[in-house]
Amino acid sequence: MRSRWVLFAPLAIMALLFGAFIYRLSVPPRTLIESQWIDKPMPLFDLPPATEGVAGLKSSDLADGKPRLVNVFASWCIPCRAEAPQLEALHAAGVPIDGIAIRDRPDDVAAFLRENGNPFDRIGSDVQSSVQIALGSSGVPETFLVDGKGIIREQIQGVILQDDVPRIIAKLEAMK
Amino acid sequence: MRGRLFLAAILALFAAPLAAQDRLPPAPYAYQQLADPAKEAKAKALMETLRCLVCQGQSIADSDAPLAGDMRHEVRTKIAAGESPDAIRKWLVARYGNWVSYDPPFDGATALLWLAPLLFLAVGLWLAFGRLRGGGGEES
Repeated sequence: MRSRWVLFAPLAIMALLFGAFIYRLSVPPRTLIESQWIDKPMPLFDLPPATEGVAGLKSSDLADGKPRLVNVFASWCIPCRAEAPQLEALHAAGVPIDGIAIRDRPDDVAAFLRENGNPFDRIGSDVQSSVQIALGSSGVPETFLVDGKGIIREQIQGVILQDDVPRIIAKLEAMK
Repeated sequence: MRGRLFLAAILALFAAPLAAQDRLPPAPYAYQQLADPAKEAKAKALMETLRCLVCQGQSIADSDAPLAGDMRHEVRTKIAAGESPDAIRKWLVARYGNWVSYDPPFDGATALLWLAPLLFLAVGLWLAFGRLRGGGGEES
Protein backbone atom coordinates (compact mmCIF):
# COMPACT_ATOMS: atom_id res chain seq x y z
CA MET A 1 0.00 0.00 0.00
CA ARG A 2 2.78 2.34 0.99
CA SER A 3 4.80 1.59 -2.14
CA ARG A 4 1.91 2.60 -4.40
CA TRP A 5 1.92 6.13 -2.98
CA VAL A 6 5.68 6.32 -3.38
CA LEU A 7 5.15 5.69 -7.10
CA PHE A 8 3.30 8.99 -7.34
CA ALA A 9 5.99 10.99 -5.56
CA PRO A 10 8.02 11.79 -8.72
CA LEU A 11 4.86 12.91 -10.48
CA ALA A 12 3.97 15.15 -7.56
CA ILE A 13 7.48 16.64 -7.51
CA MET A 14 7.32 17.27 -11.27
CA ALA A 15 3.92 18.91 -10.86
CA LEU A 16 5.33 21.20 -8.17
CA LEU A 17 8.33 22.06 -10.31
CA PHE A 18 6.21 22.84 -13.37
CA GLY A 19 3.91 24.87 -11.18
CA ALA A 20 6.90 26.94 -10.04
CA PHE A 21 8.15 27.33 -13.62
CA ILE A 22 4.77 28.44 -14.93
CA TYR A 23 4.37 30.86 -12.03
CA ARG A 24 7.71 32.54 -12.76
CA LEU A 25 7.05 32.63 -16.49
CA SER A 26 3.69 34.33 -15.99
CA VAL A 27 4.87 36.65 -13.19
CA PRO A 28 8.36 37.75 -14.23
CA PRO A 29 10.59 38.85 -11.37
CA ARG A 30 11.35 42.54 -10.94
CA THR A 31 14.57 43.06 -12.81
CA LEU A 32 15.43 46.56 -11.60
CA ILE A 33 18.62 46.55 -9.60
CA GLU A 34 18.23 49.00 -6.77
CA SER A 35 21.22 50.89 -5.53
CA GLN A 36 22.52 49.78 -2.15
CA TRP A 37 24.37 53.09 -1.83
CA ILE A 38 21.56 54.73 0.15
CA ASP A 39 21.99 56.70 3.39
CA LYS A 40 25.64 56.97 2.43
CA PRO A 41 27.63 60.01 1.35
CA MET A 42 27.93 60.87 -2.32
CA PRO A 43 31.03 59.19 -3.71
CA LEU A 44 33.90 61.57 -4.36
CA PHE A 45 33.99 62.85 -7.91
CA ASP A 46 34.83 65.93 -9.94
CA LEU A 47 33.15 65.93 -13.34
CA PRO A 48 33.91 68.47 -16.08
CA PRO A 49 31.05 70.51 -17.60
CA ALA A 50 28.88 68.45 -19.95
CA THR A 51 28.28 71.40 -22.24
CA GLU A 52 29.24 75.03 -22.71
CA GLY A 53 27.58 77.55 -20.40
CA VAL A 54 26.62 75.11 -17.62
CA ALA A 55 29.06 74.42 -14.77
CA GLY A 56 30.44 70.94 -14.11
CA LEU A 57 29.63 68.99 -10.97
CA LYS A 58 31.78 67.80 -8.10
CA SER A 59 30.73 65.97 -4.96
CA SER A 60 31.60 68.89 -2.67
CA ASP A 61 28.94 70.98 -4.49
CA LEU A 62 26.36 68.63 -3.02
CA ALA A 63 27.00 69.31 0.66
CA ASP A 64 26.11 72.99 0.79
CA GLY A 65 23.22 72.62 3.24
CA LYS A 66 20.48 72.55 0.60
CA PRO A 67 18.68 69.27 -0.13
CA ARG A 68 18.58 68.66 -3.86
CA LEU A 69 18.05 66.24 -6.71
CA VAL A 70 20.84 64.68 -8.71
CA ASN A 71 19.44 63.53 -12.02
CA VAL A 72 21.36 60.90 -13.99
CA PHE A 73 20.37 61.34 -17.61
CA ALA A 74 21.61 61.33 -21.20
CA SER A 75 20.71 63.16 -24.37
CA TRP A 76 20.40 59.79 -26.15
CA CYS A 77 17.90 58.55 -23.58
CA ILE A 78 14.33 58.79 -24.92
CA PRO A 79 12.55 58.44 -21.52
CA CYS A 80 14.65 61.37 -20.25
CA ARG A 81 12.72 63.60 -22.67
CA ALA A 82 9.47 62.42 -21.11
CA GLU A 83 10.88 63.31 -17.70
CA ALA A 84 11.85 66.87 -18.66
CA PRO A 85 8.45 68.51 -17.84
CA GLN A 86 8.49 67.03 -14.32
CA LEU A 87 12.04 68.26 -13.72
CA GLU A 88 10.91 71.66 -15.01
CA ALA A 89 8.02 71.62 -12.52
CA LEU A 90 10.38 70.72 -9.66
CA HIS A 91 12.75 73.48 -10.76
CA ALA A 92 9.86 75.96 -10.85
CA ALA A 93 8.95 74.91 -7.30
CA GLY A 94 12.44 75.93 -6.20
CA VAL A 95 14.05 72.49 -6.00
CA PRO A 96 17.76 72.65 -6.86
CA ILE A 97 18.61 70.05 -9.51
CA ASP A 98 22.04 68.97 -10.65
CA GLY A 99 22.63 66.64 -13.56
CA ILE A 100 25.07 63.90 -14.49
CA ALA A 101 25.16 63.26 -18.24
CA ILE A 102 26.13 59.67 -19.06
CA ARG A 103 28.28 58.87 -22.12
CA ASP A 104 27.34 62.12 -23.75
CA ARG A 105 28.79 64.75 -26.07
CA PRO A 106 28.71 68.52 -25.45
CA ASP A 107 26.77 69.39 -28.62
CA ASP A 108 24.25 66.61 -27.98
CA VAL A 109 23.70 67.84 -24.40
CA ALA A 110 23.28 71.41 -25.69
CA ALA A 111 20.67 70.24 -28.22
CA PHE A 112 18.88 68.25 -25.49
CA LEU A 113 18.71 71.33 -23.25
CA ARG A 114 17.50 73.51 -26.15
CA GLU A 115 14.68 71.10 -26.92
CA ASN A 116 13.67 70.14 -23.39
CA GLY A 117 14.61 73.14 -21.28
CA ASN A 118 17.35 73.36 -18.68
CA PRO A 119 16.30 72.80 -15.05
CA PHE A 120 19.91 72.04 -14.03
CA ASP A 121 22.18 74.25 -11.91
CA ARG A 122 25.20 72.17 -12.93
CA ILE A 123 25.77 69.20 -15.25
CA GLY A 124 28.80 66.95 -14.93
CA SER A 125 29.90 64.86 -17.87
CA ASP A 126 30.43 61.18 -16.99
CA VAL A 127 31.81 59.77 -20.23
CA GLN A 128 32.86 56.41 -18.77
CA SER A 129 29.89 55.95 -16.44
CA SER A 130 32.34 55.88 -13.54
CA VAL A 131 30.25 58.09 -11.25
CA GLN A 132 27.13 56.19 -12.30
CA ILE A 133 28.78 52.93 -11.21
CA ALA A 134 30.02 54.51 -7.97
CA LEU A 135 26.40 55.50 -7.26
CA GLY A 136 25.08 51.99 -7.83
CA SER A 137 22.97 53.31 -10.69
CA SER A 138 22.23 50.98 -13.58
CA GLY A 139 20.40 53.07 -16.14
CA VAL A 140 19.00 56.40 -17.27
CA PRO A 141 17.04 58.24 -16.11
CA GLU A 142 17.62 57.85 -12.40
CA THR A 143 17.28 60.50 -9.74
CA PHE A 144 18.91 60.66 -6.33
CA LEU A 145 17.54 62.70 -3.43
CA VAL A 146 20.52 64.16 -1.62
CA ASP A 147 20.26 65.96 1.72
CA GLY A 148 22.12 69.11 2.73
CA LYS A 149 25.07 67.12 4.06
CA GLY A 150 25.56 65.33 0.76
CA ILE A 151 24.04 62.05 1.98
CA ILE A 152 21.98 60.10 -0.57
CA ARG A 153 18.51 59.47 0.88
CA GLU A 154 16.61 57.89 -1.99
CA GLN A 155 17.05 56.54 -5.47
CA ILE A 156 14.25 56.87 -8.03
CA GLN A 157 14.69 54.52 -10.98
CA GLY A 158 13.07 55.44 -14.24
CA VAL A 159 11.06 58.50 -15.20
CA ILE A 160 9.70 60.81 -12.47
CA LEU A 161 5.95 60.93 -13.04
CA GLN A 162 3.70 63.92 -12.49
CA ASP A 163 2.20 62.24 -9.42
CA ASP A 164 5.67 61.90 -7.87
CA VAL A 165 6.40 65.64 -7.95
CA PRO A 166 4.54 66.73 -4.75
CA ARG A 167 5.99 63.82 -2.77
CA ILE A 168 9.54 64.69 -3.86
CA ILE A 169 9.07 68.37 -2.96
CA ALA A 170 7.69 67.36 0.47
CA LYS A 171 10.51 64.91 1.13
CA LEU A 172 13.22 67.43 0.23
CA GLU A 173 11.42 70.08 2.34
CA ALA A 174 11.45 67.66 5.30
CA MET A 175 15.22 67.27 4.96
CA LYS A 176 15.86 70.98 5.48
CA MET B 1 24.10 25.11 -10.96
CA ARG B 2 20.90 24.07 -12.73
CA GLY B 3 18.95 26.57 -10.72
CA ARG B 4 21.31 29.33 -11.69
CA LEU B 5 21.30 28.37 -15.36
CA PHE B 6 17.54 28.31 -15.32
CA LEU B 7 17.41 31.68 -13.64
CA ALA B 8 19.84 33.06 -16.20
CA ALA B 9 17.74 31.68 -19.05
CA ILE B 10 14.57 33.19 -17.61
CA LEU B 11 16.24 36.53 -16.98
CA ALA B 12 17.52 36.54 -20.54
CA LEU B 13 13.93 36.13 -21.74
CA PHE B 14 12.85 39.27 -19.95
CA ALA B 15 15.96 41.39 -20.35
CA ALA B 16 14.85 44.81 -21.50
CA PRO B 17 16.28 45.80 -24.86
CA LEU B 18 19.12 48.15 -24.25
CA ALA B 19 18.84 51.76 -25.32
CA ALA B 20 22.34 51.85 -26.73
CA GLN B 21 22.20 54.89 -28.93
CA ASP B 22 24.99 56.85 -27.33
CA ARG B 23 27.55 58.06 -29.81
CA LEU B 24 30.70 57.84 -27.74
CA PRO B 25 33.48 55.36 -28.47
CA PRO B 26 33.94 52.63 -25.82
CA ALA B 27 36.03 53.44 -22.75
CA PRO B 28 39.76 52.76 -23.29
CA TYR B 29 39.88 49.54 -21.28
CA ALA B 30 36.48 48.24 -22.36
CA TYR B 31 37.98 46.21 -25.19
CA GLN B 32 41.71 46.62 -24.59
CA GLN B 33 43.64 44.22 -22.40
CA LEU B 34 46.07 45.33 -19.73
CA ALA B 35 49.70 45.25 -20.78
CA ASP B 36 50.68 43.06 -17.82
CA PRO B 37 49.44 39.50 -18.57
CA ALA B 38 49.21 38.56 -14.89
CA LYS B 39 47.02 41.55 -14.12
CA GLU B 40 44.92 40.97 -17.24
CA ALA B 41 44.35 37.35 -16.14
CA LYS B 42 43.16 38.58 -12.75
CA ALA B 43 40.87 41.17 -14.33
CA LYS B 44 39.47 38.61 -16.80
CA ALA B 45 38.71 36.09 -14.05
CA LEU B 46 36.93 38.78 -12.05
CA MET B 47 34.97 40.13 -15.03
CA GLU B 48 33.66 36.66 -15.79
CA THR B 49 32.03 36.53 -12.36
CA LEU B 50 30.45 39.99 -12.42
CA ARG B 51 26.97 40.37 -13.80
CA CYS B 52 26.11 42.90 -16.47
CA LEU B 53 23.49 45.28 -15.07
CA VAL B 54 21.56 45.94 -18.24
CA CYS B 55 21.74 42.54 -19.91
CA GLN B 56 21.24 40.59 -16.70
CA GLY B 57 21.92 37.08 -18.03
CA GLN B 58 25.49 37.80 -19.06
CA SER B 59 28.75 38.54 -17.33
CA ILE B 60 30.38 41.88 -18.07
CA ALA B 61 33.10 39.91 -19.88
CA ASP B 62 30.48 38.57 -22.32
CA SER B 63 28.40 41.67 -22.86
CA ASP B 64 28.69 44.37 -25.49
CA ALA B 65 26.42 46.78 -23.61
CA PRO B 66 28.06 50.20 -23.12
CA LEU B 67 27.62 50.00 -19.33
CA ALA B 68 29.32 46.57 -19.32
CA GLY B 69 32.19 48.11 -21.30
CA ASP B 70 32.44 50.91 -18.76
CA MET B 71 32.44 48.35 -15.93
CA ARG B 72 35.27 46.42 -17.62
CA HIS B 73 37.16 49.71 -17.86
CA GLU B 74 36.50 50.27 -14.16
CA VAL B 75 37.68 46.76 -13.23
CA ARG B 76 40.83 46.91 -15.38
CA THR B 77 41.71 50.39 -14.14
CA LYS B 78 41.37 49.29 -10.51
CA ILE B 79 43.36 46.09 -11.10
CA ALA B 80 46.07 48.11 -12.85
CA ALA B 81 46.15 50.42 -9.82
CA GLY B 82 46.91 47.39 -7.64
CA GLU B 83 43.50 46.72 -6.08
CA SER B 84 42.68 43.10 -5.31
CA PRO B 85 39.81 41.35 -7.14
CA ASP B 86 38.10 40.70 -3.80
CA ALA B 87 38.19 44.37 -2.89
CA ILE B 88 36.71 45.31 -6.29
CA ARG B 89 33.94 42.74 -5.92
CA LYS B 90 33.16 44.12 -2.46
CA TRP B 91 33.15 47.67 -3.83
CA LEU B 92 30.58 46.68 -6.46
CA VAL B 93 28.49 44.57 -4.06
CA ALA B 94 28.29 47.58 -1.71
CA ARG B 95 26.65 49.48 -4.59
CA TYR B 96 24.57 46.90 -6.41
CA GLY B 97 24.10 44.16 -3.81
CA ASN B 98 25.05 40.49 -4.16
CA TRP B 99 23.07 40.55 -7.36
CA VAL B 100 26.07 41.91 -9.28
CA SER B 101 28.26 38.94 -8.34
CA TYR B 102 28.04 35.47 -9.86
CA ASP B 103 29.74 34.15 -6.74
CA PRO B 104 26.96 34.35 -4.15
CA PRO B 105 28.00 34.19 -0.48
CA PHE B 106 26.48 31.65 1.89
CA ASP B 107 23.67 33.39 3.75
CA GLY B 108 19.99 33.02 4.57
CA ALA B 109 18.86 33.73 1.01
CA THR B 110 21.31 31.33 -0.63
CA ALA B 111 21.43 28.54 1.96
CA LEU B 112 19.04 26.37 -0.06
CA LEU B 113 21.10 26.92 -3.21
CA TRP B 114 24.28 25.72 -1.51
CA LEU B 115 22.74 22.94 0.58
CA ALA B 116 20.31 21.48 -1.99
CA PRO B 117 22.97 19.22 -3.58
CA LEU B 118 23.80 17.71 -0.17
CA LEU B 119 20.11 17.32 0.53
CA PHE B 120 19.53 15.52 -2.77
CA LEU B 121 22.57 13.32 -2.17
CA ALA B 122 21.21 12.34 1.25
CA VAL B 123 17.79 11.54 -0.22
CA GLY B 124 19.43 9.52 -2.99
CA LEU B 125 21.52 7.52 -0.54
CA TRP B 126 18.49 6.92 1.64
CA LEU B 127 16.53 5.66 -1.38
CA ALA B 128 19.41 3.52 -2.60
CA PHE B 129 20.01 1.87 0.77
CA GLY B 130 16.30 1.35 1.23
CA ARG B 131 16.04 -0.35 -2.14
CA LEU B 132 19.15 -2.51 -1.62
CA ARG B 133 17.89 -3.65 1.73
CA GLY B 134 14.37 -4.16 0.45
CA GLY B 135 15.66 -6.08 -2.60
CA GLY B 136 17.70 -8.39 -0.36
CA GLY B 137 14.65 -8.96 1.78
CA GLU B 138 12.54 -10.04 -1.19
CA GLU B 139 15.13 -12.52 -2.37
CA SER B 140 15.45 -14.28 0.92
